[in-house]
Parts: sequence; C-alpha cells; structure tokens
Amino acid sequence: MTEMSKTRPKFLNLAEIRLPLAGYVSILHRVSGAGLFLALPFLLCLLQMSLGTAESFQNFKSIVGNPLVTLVLFGLCWAYIHHFCAGIRFLLLDLHIGIEKEQAIASAKSVLVVSLGLTLVIALKFLGVF
Amino acid sequence: MKARIVVGAHYGLRDWLAQRITAIVMAVYTLVLGIAILSGGAASQESWRALMGNGFFRFVTPLFVIALCYHAWVGIRDIWMDYVKCVSVRLTLHVVTILVLTGYAVWAVQIIWRL
Repeated sequence: MTEMSKTRPKFLNLAEIRLPLAGYVSILHRVSGAGLFLALPFLLCLLQMSLGTAESFQNFKSIVGNPLVTLVLFGLCWAYIHHFCAGIRFLLLDLHIGIEKEQAIASAKSVLVVSLGLTLVIALKFLGVF
Repeated sequence: MKARIVVGAHYGLRDWLAQRITAIVMAVYTLVLGIAILSGGAASQESWRALMGNGFFRFVTPLFVIALCYHAWVGIRDIWMDYVKCVSVRLTLHVVTILVLTGYAVWAVQIIWRL
C-alpha cells in the first residue's frame, strides 16, 4: 500500500501538464476574469476621463493612444470577450446543451477562435485599418 | 424521506446561481451597449456622454455595475479558496476583495449619475 502510494505519478508540473482544449478554455476563463478584476480601477479611471470635461477627454485620448496602454487594452478586450464566450459555453453546458464529446470540443474551439478573431477585428478598427 | 444536510453553510447554491444570473445581466448589457456604440453612440465625446447620460443607460449601467461586482466577488473568492490555504491570509484577501469591489461599485455609479 505505502509502496503504491509512493510510486503514484503526480502531474502537477505546470510545464508538463497537457490540457484538452476545453481545459485551456476553462483556465483562460479564470485567468481572464482575474485580469479584468485587477484592471478594474484602471478601467474606471478611463471611463471617468472619457465622460469628464473636454480636457479630461483629451487626457483620455492621449493615454489610450500610448502604444503600451493600447496593447494592454487589446489584452483586456480579449479577456472580456473570452470570458464572455466561455461563460456562455458554460451556461449552455449547465443546461446540458452540447455536452457530447464532439460538440464540446467544437464549442471549446469556437470560443478560442471567436474571441481571438473578434479581438483582432476590434484592434484593427481601433488602429484605423478599416 | 427527510433530506439530510450533512455539512456546509449552504451558500454554495445561492452563489452558483447568482454567478449565472449576474452573467446573463452583464451579457445582455454588453450586447445592448455594443449595438449602441456600433450605431454611432461613441462617435464623439458629446454622443458618448449623451449615450451614457440618457435615462435608459443611467438606469441599466448601475445594474451592470452591481452585477459585475457580485460576479467578481464570487469568482475572485473561488480563486482565493482554491489557492490560498492559510485561513488568516484568505480571510484578509476576502475582506480586501469585498472592500475594493464595494468601492468600485460606488465609484462607477457616481461616474454615471454625475452626468
């Protein structure tokens, strides 16, 4: 018994863990949620500036125009959309919709694709590409 | 047969449900705001202020904010419960989370209702 428990493998090495696609959707749901929570004061500041005086709106525009801030905002944009899409997937799973293996894999894949794709569209729109 | 409740404080189901209801509230708000922005609601600062300051958004934005803070509380609390084993540290983090989220909620409502 003790011999068995000693040799039992433990897969707790983050560098070695291989997750199925749905597992990545799930952990990214948590990571994006945590990121959005940490960014809340920053986002509230931006909202306040954007709705303030004309002067504060100019400040808002220059802050948002800073390349580093823009990059962070793109990241937060992805976090929001991923959290949104993955959340809808979880709600549907709660309702026993799409719980078959193939459907679940397909929905996990579409969450990743849609959130990255939408973020890309918004980023390109923001940068004035179209 | 009498249902036997063996362990727990039984706030699990309530929070599980609240997590989902607040998610739906936020999802609907996001879609409505997204449509409003796509139809020119944020074309200039004037239109952005007019959008967020109109009667409808003055009413629903605080609802979104409250839903967001409740949702964030359950989610962040789950993270602390999963990863922080030391009870005193975890309790401190819970309290800090509640305090900052309450502050954010008041701050956000004040931004909107000042318009």
